[in-house]
Amino acid sequence: MADEQLTRRTRLSVAKLLVVCVCMFGFAYALVPLYDVICEALGINGRTNSVAIVDVPEDMVKDEDRTVLVQFVTRAAKDMPWDFEPMERSVRVHPGEIKAVNFRVRNRTGEDMVGQAIPSLVPGQAASHFKKTQCFCFDQQPLMANGEEVMPMIFYLDPAIPRSVNTITLSYTLYDITERTSVGGVAARQTR
Amino acid sequence: MADHHEHHAPTGWRRWLLSTNHKDIGSLYLWFSFAMFLVGGLLAMVIRAELMYPGMQVVDPDFFNQMTTTHGLIMVFGAVMPAFVGLANWMIPLMIGAPDMALPRMNNWSFWILPAAFSILIGSVLMSAFGPGNPPAPNFGWTFYAPLSTTYGPASTDFFILSVHLMGISSIMGAINVIVTVMNMRAPGMTMMKMPLFVWTWLITAFLLIAVMPVLAGAVTMMLTDRHFGTSFFDAAGGGDPVLFQHIFWFFGHPEVYIMILPAFGVVSAIIPTFARKPLFGYASMVYATASIALLSFVVWAHHMFTVGMPLAGMLFFMYMTMLISVPTGVKVFNWVATMWRGSLTFELPMKWALAFVILFTIGGLSGLMLSITPADFQYHDSYFVVAHFHYVLVSGAIFSMFAAVYYWLPKWSGVMYDKFWGEVHFWSSLISVNLLFFPMHFVGLAGMPRRYADYALQFADYNWWISIGAFWFGISQLFLLWVLIKACFLKKGEKATDEVWEGAEGLEWTVPSPAPFHTFDTPPVVK
Repeated sequence: MADEQLTRRTRLSVAKLLVVCVCMFGFAYALVPLYDVICEALGINGRTNSVAIVDVPEDMVKDEDRTVLVQFVTRAAKDMPWDFEPMERSVRVHPGEIKAVNFRVRNRTGEDMVGQAIPSLVPGQAASHFKKTQCFCFDQQPLMANGEEVMPMIFYLDPAIPRSVNTITLSYTLYDITERTSVGGVAARQTR
Repeated sequence: MADHHEHHAPTGWRRWLLSTNHKDIGSLYLWFSFAMFLVGGLLAMVIRAELMYPGMQVVDPDFFNQMTTTHGLIMVFGAVMPAFVGLANWMIPLMIGAPDMALPRMNNWSFWILPAAFSILIGSVLMSAFGPGNPPAPNFGWTFYAPLSTTYGPASTDFFILSVHLMGISSIMGAINVIVTVMNMRAPGMTMMKMPLFVWTWLITAFLLIAVMPVLAGAVTMMLTDRHFGTSFFDAAGGGDPVLFQHIFWFFGHPEVYIMILPAFGVVSAIIPTFARKPLFGYASMVYATASIALLSFVVWAHHMFTVGMPLAGMLFFMYMTMLISVPTGVKVFNWVATMWRGSLTFELPMKWALAFVILFTIGGLSGLMLSITPADFQYHDSYFVVAHFHYVLVSGAIFSMFAAVYYWLPKWSGVMYDKFWGEVHFWSSLISVNLLFFPMHFVGLAGMPRRYADYALQFADYNWWISIGAFWFGISQLFLLWVLIKACFLKKGEKATDEVWEGAEGLEWTVPSPAPFHTFDTPPVVK
């Protein structure tokens, strides 16, 4: 009968459209890793490398002709009762020169806590040329009650950095992740 | 097939609550959207009352923010979208010669979810307004950017999330119903390229809904888990990024604006040929233009985010893609003009609304083109210029096309002609006030007045007074429409409408009696 055929066709169409809906719901979630991958691959959005660079090119030469001013900005997030500051506000480096800087943190509370620093860098086009061989931001930072620590960061600028870049500002925001880590929950993706 | 049991339909409240009839459900949608239009309008009146004079006088800034947020949400999800779904329910089966929608029970469900969804949203506004000390209603703007809606969102944000989920489910079911109906239930001989343009634009809109409403559902689900279940999609502390929220939101948000305007194109493409007494110029190009607009809408989302920062290549890509949309849109506008060219024009009310749509929508389209230019957008972004732009396309665009549709098909729905006098008053009053309301917003926006603030610098004072006058006037004008509708639908007063209603009208809906009987096309018509 014509009507039964219609119902079968209707069912098939509905099933197909529901599959599309489920896929698009999944797509929204797929955008999350996709966004990270794209930002990191293109070095956009101020993303710097989130794992240490281990293969520093051996033949890298220091570009003595120019220097770049690297400024450090630190900030403790809202509700984060730690002091957090760079030991040098800025350094001047030649592209290709390996440089170490230190940051100081102090836990002002009487409780053991865990912090996580998140970097962001401007100008965006310099982000992929800013290479960190060691950084406290790669790991979580546990601090005892009233504890204090000096955290190192070692970096160099890729000599291929555009000549138009004279100043780089690297900012770190320090977040309280004590609760997250204690519930065994989500370890920061930044630390992978 | 010719059983009699389906002919004694339920009466009273059961007729509406249990309805599976496309015409009844269409009417429910239309009345619901009109009610939401008035509620959303009331919230806009609060906004304009506060902004009438500089300084703070009517509400506090936090309540002001709740008004802008819920005004946007109610108008987008409660007024414009359900209005077009109602129109689709009424007209698509009549236009393609089908006896009903393909999935009548789902149709009932997708409507009755909406009152629940909006009770939740409006409930949080009422609690905030009349319960001193209660947490505020959503106050982060209708775009609900993280972290405003996650870290800093009020407790009512969870009501908002549930409400958006319900609206999304309703829209998706409505869209599935439209697609299945159009694909499977056309009368013999009604090929795809013979379908009225309104059916085409709705088919494409339905595909857009299927594609992006789940993305919106994903975004609010991520918000929910960020707020309560320890994820950090949008929280930098856990390695997430608030900018990601904007990308996901606008991946939904840009197609969403075409969801609100494509059916309007269909309405106008039905009305202009009737009153020009000429077939639509360039039918096939209209279909292709609609499809291209829909496809392009997926690759322009970041033009809402130029000032957030992105690489030069990204800015250029999104700028050029956005500009490209003006090509198919231009095709449509020129086709409407060409349809009128040398036609035997008459200016009945539907035609007046349709003409106002063409002119005012084009103004909104042109200011959109200005906004697409990246460097210029840096100045216009988040200013009243943007407010002027999207109200020209949504109020004098989408909503004017709804008015056009109501006046055009009301005689078919109710069986009587609308009250011509009060209809004319409604038209002229709305036309003048809508321009008084939105045109000066271009000027204050270019001069630097930002949107979403409860106060402004003194230099914007006089313009804002006029804008508020326009707003109150436009709001009151809608009561004329309410009267026209009550008179035609409930009092049934007015000239009896003929089956054709309009002299130059073409299409299957004009072959059934006026008012359209409860069941139509039980035996499919044959389309030559």
